[in-house]
Amino acid sequence: MSIDLQQVPGQSREPAIQVRGLHKSFQELQVLRGVDFDVAPGSVFALLGSNGAGKTTVVRILSTLLRSDAGAATVNGFDVAAQAGKVRASISLTGQFAAVDEVLSGRENLVLVARLRQQREPGRVADDLLARFALTDAANRRVATYSGGMRRRLDLAMSLVGKPPVIFLDEPTTGLDPQARLEVWQAVRELAGQGTTVLLTTQYLDEAEQLADRIAVLHEGRIIANGTLAELRRLFPPATVEYVEKQPSLEDIFLAIVGGGDTAVPTASTAPVRAAKDPR
Amino acid sequence: MTGNFLSDTTALTQRSLRHIARSPDTIITTAITPIVLMLLFVYVLGGAVEAGSDNYVNYLLPGILLITVASGISYTAYRLFLDMKGGIFERFQSMPIARSAVLWAHVLTSLVANLISLVVVVLVALAMGFRSGAGVLAWLAVAGIILLFTLALTWLAVIPGLTATSVEGASAFSYPLIFLPFISSAFVPTESMPGPVRAFAENQPVTSIIDTVRGLLAQQQVGADLWIALAWCVGLLAVAYVVARAVYHRKVR
Repeated sequence: MSIDLQQVPGQSREPAIQVRGLHKSFQELQVLRGVDFDVAPGSVFALLGSNGAGKTTVVRILSTLLRSDAGAATVNGFDVAAQAGKVRASISLTGQFAAVDEVLSGRENLVLVARLRQQREPGRVADDLLARFALTDAANRRVATYSGGMRRRLDLAMSLVGKPPVIFLDEPTTGLDPQARLEVWQAVRELAGQGTTVLLTTQYLDEAEQLADRIAVLHEGRIIANGTLAELRRLFPPATVEYVEKQPSLEDIFLAIVGGGDTAVPTASTAPVRAAKDPR
Repeated sequence: MTGNFLSDTTALTQRSLRHIARSPDTIITTAITPIVLMLLFVYVLGGAVEAGSDNYVNYLLPGILLITVASGISYTAYRLFLDMKGGIFERFQSMPIARSAVLWAHVLTSLVANLISLVVVVLVALAMGFRSGAGVLAWLAVAGIILLFTLALTWLAVIPGLTATSVEGASAFSYPLIFLPFISSAFVPTESMPGPVRAFAENQPVTSIIDTVRGLLAQQQVGADLWIALAWCVGLLAVAYVVARAVYHRKVR
């Protein structure tokens, strides 16, 4: 019983990610029972599901870390099983836990990845990304001294080295405080703005709502709904109008108190706010 | 094969060497057990030991060097284990790099770390009165045999590093290796041991390696011992390498 909504017509380009009939079991446990979805190039696709729904298993198969039992998947036009090397050259994976080297400095982490991705000027690539993710001041500090949000930003920056066309983000904001979460969201939006295809998994509904062009709901190993937010909304009875007093959410209050508008990632949206605060 | 094996291995080796440079305590910890053993045997027990040598430090050093290597390689397993547990291993595996570069980086780092520990131990031995008139060739042969032994044990350490489920498990495998020299010719000649123990001591790999190194340093003829030692090292290396590679490929598909 799955509700599959039609892909927008006129989408002539080949999908950046194509998944057909993916099955995976661990011993007796059937984690994926036939997963199908397409991700259009340059879009942000959210795989939404509760803990244990199989989101990470999908990401691990697509990033060549795990073999599926049955079904097929292509990433950037390459088969994940038969052309693993070409898939790896096309992707970056940011796993559930920040995959950074704590003993090295932030800059050394980036230079290492740049060298492994055969970049011609690893130092310059590192410095550019440090600036973009507001880590220049902390560049030469050991990552062990970074906050959770800084670590995540570095993790994302490491995924952008070499500009891979497809990026997997597995629960990018789990365990982050609200401010760090906003910083990560801003980074994902920037990525999408540059034409990178992003597949992100999340258990937070608001995250999918904020970031994704399309949302697929993974439940008990199957995609049970797949569409844009507007399309998913149409599955429900039409909205009835009720008058409710608008109260600020705790998140609004928290961010107002701690000054969430002035977080470290420089963004187009915060810049005018700063300018307005300028006494001149 | 994707990536470039040489440049990937170089980049990853430099990374692990930075780890060692930033926690030099691992070098010290590696060297401290053998140094304490050497002090204990030379200054406490040495007077009662009939080793048939007027300089007991000279007699002791080869065995102490093997103990140094055996305790050093537990850090190889430990570092590999930490990489596996943290997300960094998966990041490397999902990147277009030569797959075996990740293992070779740890192996080369192990060789460098052990070499530094060995030099520290030799310097302490010199301070305690170790002397050798061995020439350059004999020293090169000693270095070569110990390096081969280190390489073999390092590939052995890769196996628990990849398969262990806890930090303790990853490093505990080296304890038997540290104790193997005690039932060998490292501290006393095997002739003084009772029958079955002597039989074990004379036919286990460590004794042939120790006797070879001792002979080379004392400028004596080393005959069959050298070939037996080399055979043990090469055999152990081959088996450990094949098993470690198989375990690794099962882990990373």
